[in-house]
Amino acid sequence: MSDLLRVIGLTKKFGDFTAVDGIDFSVARGEVLGFLGPNGAGKTTAMRMVTGFLPPTGGTAIVDGFDVRTHPIEVKRKVGYLPEGAPLYDDMTPSEFLTFVANVRKIDRSDRDRAIDSAAGRINIQHVMHQPIGTLSKGYKRRVGIAQAILHDPDVLILDEPTDGLDPNQKHEVRNLINEMASDKVIVISTHILEEVDVVCSRAIVIANGTVVADGKPQELEARSSFHNAVSVRVSGATDSLADKLRALPMVGKVETSKIGDGKVSLTVFPSRPVNILEPVSECLRELSVTVEQIHVERGRMDEVFRNITTTTKS
Amino acid sequence: MVTTLAICRRELRAYFTTPLAYVFIVIFVAMNGATAFFFGGLFDRGQADMTSLFSMLPWLYLFLIPAVAMRLWAEERKSGTLELLMTLPVSTTSAVFGKFLAAWVFSGIALSLTFPVWITVNWLGNPDNGIILASYIGGLLMAGSYLAIGGFVSALTRNQVIAFVVGAAVIFLFMMSSLDLILAAFRGWAPIFLVEVIQSLSFLVHYDSIVRGVIDLRDLVFYFSIMGVFLFANVVVVDQKRGA
Repeated sequence: MSDLLRVIGLTKKFGDFTAVDGIDFSVARGEVLGFLGPNGAGKTTAMRMVTGFLPPTGGTAIVDGFDVRTHPIEVKRKVGYLPEGAPLYDDMTPSEFLTFVANVRKIDRSDRDRAIDSAAGRINIQHVMHQPIGTLSKGYKRRVGIAQAILHDPDVLILDEPTDGLDPNQKHEVRNLINEMASDKVIVISTHILEEVDVVCSRAIVIANGTVVADGKPQELEARSSFHNAVSVRVSGATDSLADKLRALPMVGKVETSKIGDGKVSLTVFPSRPVNILEPVSECLRELSVTVEQIHVERGRMDEVFRNITTTTKS
Repeated sequence: MVTTLAICRRELRAYFTTPLAYVFIVIFVAMNGATAFFFGGLFDRGQADMTSLFSMLPWLYLFLIPAVAMRLWAEERKSGTLELLMTLPVSTTSAVFGKFLAAWVFSGIALSLTFPVWITVNWLGNPDNGIILASYIGGLLMAGSYLAIGGFVSALTRNQVIAFVVGAAVIFLFMMSSLDLILAAFRGWAPIFLVEVIQSLSFLVHYDSIVRGVIDLRDLVFYFSIMGVFLFANVVVVDQKRGA
């Protein structure tokens, strides 16, 4: 099996409530999997089972051949995990804390300092290494949590909302870090920031109510959007008949218009079939000799797709 | 083993990076001195021994040891670091044992700081140092078994105050089990052997013989059994309650 991480029929019940309901997926080395879903969909519970914190009610997760139910210690050795909210020992300094984690992970004394320096350097926390964690800002705490997860250069890295609470620059750094590490690892990140999926993930899984409702490349998910291949234009000096003319074009479904002011109009032209309609639309605009200020083809809107697939399954 | 020691070191450091350690040690030593001199009449007895200190120790421990043990698990559950700890390659057993060991070493340090009393009695007279050594061992064993109970109770809750109060109450029941307070509740209906079993569970009975200088195997077995049973129960509770 080339898949480093396999999740098979993973299920968790809390009393009568089913938090995770038989999810299956496999991730191969080099993939960055985005784990999406509304709050309460079961993302965190699923991650807690994969990392061996919660025992599954049914199914299991297999990391590099080790079943988390029968070989939890081996799985934990191979996995680096940032729990939700990045809980840390507030009374320790990052240096003490990372030393503790290195000791528990049985990193040799000779490699230990190098591993700590390298993790701290990668995530940029060198200058706060000797301040108590409790006094650090939210962004630093999160990064100390990530440093702890990458300390032993794990094969499988599971990050529960790694960029939550970071400012845009820090988010950018963390995403770069993930991209750097991606080639030789399995990385699973949960997030509800959809732009992140585009930037770092090679694949996205959407879960809602404990089940997988979509699994594919981010582009494939975007393609499910009604905006996929739609052409957005902003024109000035348009006549009222412009929309009707566009609507009359072959392969054009509907046209939405909204006035911006100054005689400017923005239009979104939706194709009736999943094809590129940029050519006919721009030709039509040229014939009518309206001034085009902006024109682009929409890739699809992730938030719309997200809303559609996570709300339709609810009813 | 390596992980147990790593956890033990971290826990021990956690005691000393917060004021807890210093507050505890100062109060423990001061109250030991105070109870030994005033209630125990260290000087008035006119004897060079430490009996007055060690006879008060079980009562001091009754509320000081649960204070050491209450944070062991409740704090980790409350702050969420339990998830961090239990997703490191650590077995529950070594986590439980590492934490217990740290608390035990800590209370050992506190107990050893009563050494000025030992110096005093040696200076003033010729005490039987064998008995004093046995008493220290007895105190340490009692601290260990109180801690095992306190740690177990701490794993049951995320509230440290509850861990403290319930821990102290459970320890109190064990202490009193040789007295009529507890036994009377059983005498009416329970068979004699059960009453005797309950009576034999008393910390005080086993402690008294050690403090007299007799380290009997049965007393050692008693203390280590109490520790073993409660540490095992601690492991079970941590596994059961995880994330619930």
